Amino acid sequence: MNALLAAAPVTGGGEMSTGESVAFWILGPVALAGGLGMIFSRNAVHSALWLVMTMLSLGVLYMVQQAPFLGFTQIIVYTGAIMMLFVFVLMMVGRDASDSVVEVLRGQRLAAAVLGVGLGGLAVAAVAETLTAVGPVGLGPSYGPEARGNVQALGTSIFRDYLLPFELTSALLITAAVGAMVYTFAGQARRKQASQRERVTERLRGPLSGYGSRSGPGVFATADSVATPALLPDGSVAPASLSRIIEATRRERLDADIADVQSDSGPAGEVDARALRGGDGDGHGAGSTHDRLSEGEHEGEGAR
Amino acid sequence: MNPVPPPGYMQSLIADDPFWLTAVKVLVIFVLLMLITLFMIWFERRVVGRMQQRPGPNWNGPFGLLQSLADGLKLAFKEDIRPVLADKAVFFIAPVLSVVPAFVAWSVIPLGPEVSIFGEQTALQLTDLPVGVLVVLACSSIGVYGIVLAGWASGSPYPLLGSLRSAAQVISYELALGLSIIAVVLYAGSLSTADIVAAQSTGWYVWLLPVSFVIFAVSMVGETNRAPFDLPEAESELVGGFHTEYSSLKFALFFLAEYVNMVTLSAVATTLFLGGWMAPWPLSLIPGVNEGWWPLLWFFGKTLAFLFVYVWLRGTLPRQRYDQFMSLGWKLLIPVSLVWLMLVATLRVLRSELTTGQILLVGGIALVVLVGAALLIPDQAPPEEDKEPQVITDYPVPPLDLAVPTTPKRRRRAVSAGRAEEKDSETVGAGTSAEGDR
Repeated sequence: MNALLAAAPVTGGGEMSTGESVAFWILGPVALAGGLGMIFSRNAVHSALWLVMTMLSLGVLYMVQQAPFLGFTQIIVYTGAIMMLFVFVLMMVGRDASDSVVEVLRGQRLAAAVLGVGLGGLAVAAVAETLTAVGPVGLGPSYGPEARGNVQALGTSIFRDYLLPFELTSALLITAAVGAMVYTFAGQARRKQASQRERVTERLRGPLSGYGSRSGPGVFATADSVATPALLPDGSVAPASLSRIIEATRRERLDADIADVQSDSGPAGEVDARALRGGDGDGHGAGSTHDRLSEGEHEGEGAR
Repeated sequence: MNPVPPPGYMQSLIADDPFWLTAVKVLVIFVLLMLITLFMIWFERRVVGRMQQRPGPNWNGPFGLLQSLADGLKLAFKEDIRPVLADKAVFFIAPVLSVVPAFVAWSVIPLGPEVSIFGEQTALQLTDLPVGVLVVLACSSIGVYGIVLAGWASGSPYPLLGSLRSAAQVISYELALGLSIIAVVLYAGSLSTADIVAAQSTGWYVWLLPVSFVIFAVSMVGETNRAPFDLPEAESELVGGFHTEYSSLKFALFFLAEYVNMVTLSAVATTLFLGGWMAPWPLSLIPGVNEGWWPLLWFFGKTLAFLFVYVWLRGTLPRQRYDQFMSLGWKLLIPVSLVWLMLVATLRVLRSELTTGQILLVGGIALVVLVGAALLIPDQAPPEEDKEPQVITDYPVPPLDLAVPTTPKRRRRAVSAGRAEEKDSETVGAGTSAEGDR
C-alpha cells in the first residue's frame, strides 16, 4: 500500500525524476523486506527491529517526496518513541520470549490467511481506486519560497484549517493515556511512599532489627554469621538474635547447649563466649545432625 | 555586523554545491569529529585530573596529547570477544547504530557563514534542511537503539539493566529536549539551523529564553548519558552497563559515539542558544569579525565551553539515584517547559496584537493577582524535628550516649599537674589527645 502511494508522482503531476525512482526502487524493497521479516522472525525483538527498518525506509521515502517534515517526524515519533516503547516492553518480558508455534485455536491460521488476503485485496482496491480517480495535484502554491516550505504549510493546515479535528484527536490520545495511568495506580494513589528516613527507622526498629548485617564496632562477637547467636552481657543467648528461619540456631537445640555451658562454668558472668557451640557440639552432635537431616527432608517434601 | 541573510538563503547557497565540494565537506566533518573525540578524551582526563589534584596523562606527545591516540590503537588490537549467549546480528549492529547517527547529526550544524572554497561560494555547513533541528532529534532517537540493543543482545543481566535504564532515560529526556527547542523555533520562525543562527544576530536566545536554555542544558546531559546522569553505565551498580560485554573495536565505537554525541549536542546548544558562529558581544563590535573563516573560531570556542561544562559536571557531581533522575525529568523539566512554552506563545501572540504598554499593564495585573493568590496559600506546617532515628533494639550494642566517665577529683588534679609538667617538656601536638578528656 505504501509502495503504491510512494509510486504516485507528487511533484505537479509529472513524471518521477531519476533520483526519486532510484530511491524508490531501493527503499521500497527494503521496506517490504522489513515487513516480511517482522512477520516471519520468531524472536519478538527481531520483529521489532524489522519494523524499525520499514519505518525508517518510509521516513526516507517521505523525505525524497519533498516532505522532510513528515519524514523526520516519522523517524522521531514512530522509530524513536513508539518502537522504543515496544522494545522496552519486550525487554521487560524477557530476552528469550519467542513466539509459540503451537496453534491454540483450531483452524485459526487458515481463517487468518483468508481474512488477511481479503483485507489486503480491499486495501489495494481502495488505494488503486483513489490513485486512478483522483489526479495528483502536487504540493501546489503552498510549497515554495513564498510559503517558506511545507513546515509552514502543514502548520497552517493543522492549526488553522483543521484545528478542531486535531484538538479532538489529541484529547482522545490524552484520555487514553490518563485512563491507563489511572488504572495502573488505582488503589495505591493514597498510599504514602515511605521516605528514606522512614525506611531506615523501620529497619532499625522493625521486625528485622535483630538481624543486622555485621556487628558494629564495640560489639563483642566471635563471628558475624547469622547462624551464630549473639550473647548478652551475662553470657546468655540474646533471643532476638535467633532466627526462626535458620535451622542451625534452633532455639530448642541451643537450650541444651546453654544448659551445658552454664553447668560447666560456675556462676553467671564467667561464661566463655566460645563455649557455645551453636547446635553442632560434640555432646549432641550425632543426634542433632540426624534431626536436622530428617527435618530438612521433611520440609523439602512439604515445599514440594 | 554583516547584514542578516534572508531565511532560506543558506539553503539556496548550499544547494548548488558541486559534488566534489560536498564530498570534501563530508570528509572534513568526519575527520574533524574523530580529532575532536581524540582531543576530548585527553581534555577530559586532563581537566578531571586537575580537578582532583593530579596531572592526568602527560607522557605521550606534547602535554600528553597523543595519549588517546595510543589508547585507541590499543583498543583496536584487543581481542574481540562475543559472549556465547549473545544475539550475533544484533550484537554487531548495535555499536554501528549508536555511532552513525552521532555523525549524521553534524550535517545540519552551521559552522560558519558564507565563504569561498576554491572559488566556489558556499556556506560552512554540509546541508541546510528546512527541518534541520528535527534531524538532530531524529539522530538522537536512533542513537538510543544502539545502546538499548547492545544491552539486550549481550545476553547477560547487567547490560540488560543498563539498556532498560537507557531506554527509559532517553525517552523521558527527549521530551524535555524537544519542548525546550520549540520556544527557539517559535522565535526564529524556522526549523532550519542556519535561519536560527541568522535570527540571533540581534541577540542570543540564551538571554531571551533562559528557561529553555537551562532545560536544554540539563536534558542534554541526560540525553548523552553523561555524569551525573550516566545511569546506563553506572559502574558502581552495573559493572559497565550496556557495554559490559563489549570489547575491542565495538567498544571503541561506543566510546566514540558517546564523545561525538557530546560534541554534537554542545554544537546544537551553541547553535540554538549561543548564536552559533556569531562572535560574542565585545568582539562582535569589530567589523568583519563575523565574516570569512573567523566564525569557526567563535563556534568551536563556544562548543568547547559546553564540553568543559560536561567535564566539570563529571568532576563535581555524584551520580544521581535513578528515581530522583526520573522524577527530575518528568516532574520538573517537562512541566516547567510546558508552562514556559505557554508563556512564550502567549507573549508572541500578544506582541503582535497589543502594544508594549498594554502588555506591561496586563502582565502587571497578572503578577499582582498571582502574588495575591500566593499570599492566600496557608503557611506550611513546620517540618518535623530533624532528629537521628533512635536505635532501640535488643541486640547487644554499646549505649549510643556513651560518655567517658569523669575522673575522680583527686586524680584529676594529679593528672592535670602531670600534664602541665609534660607540656613544659614536650613539643607541640601533645595536647590533642588530652582535649577529649576534659
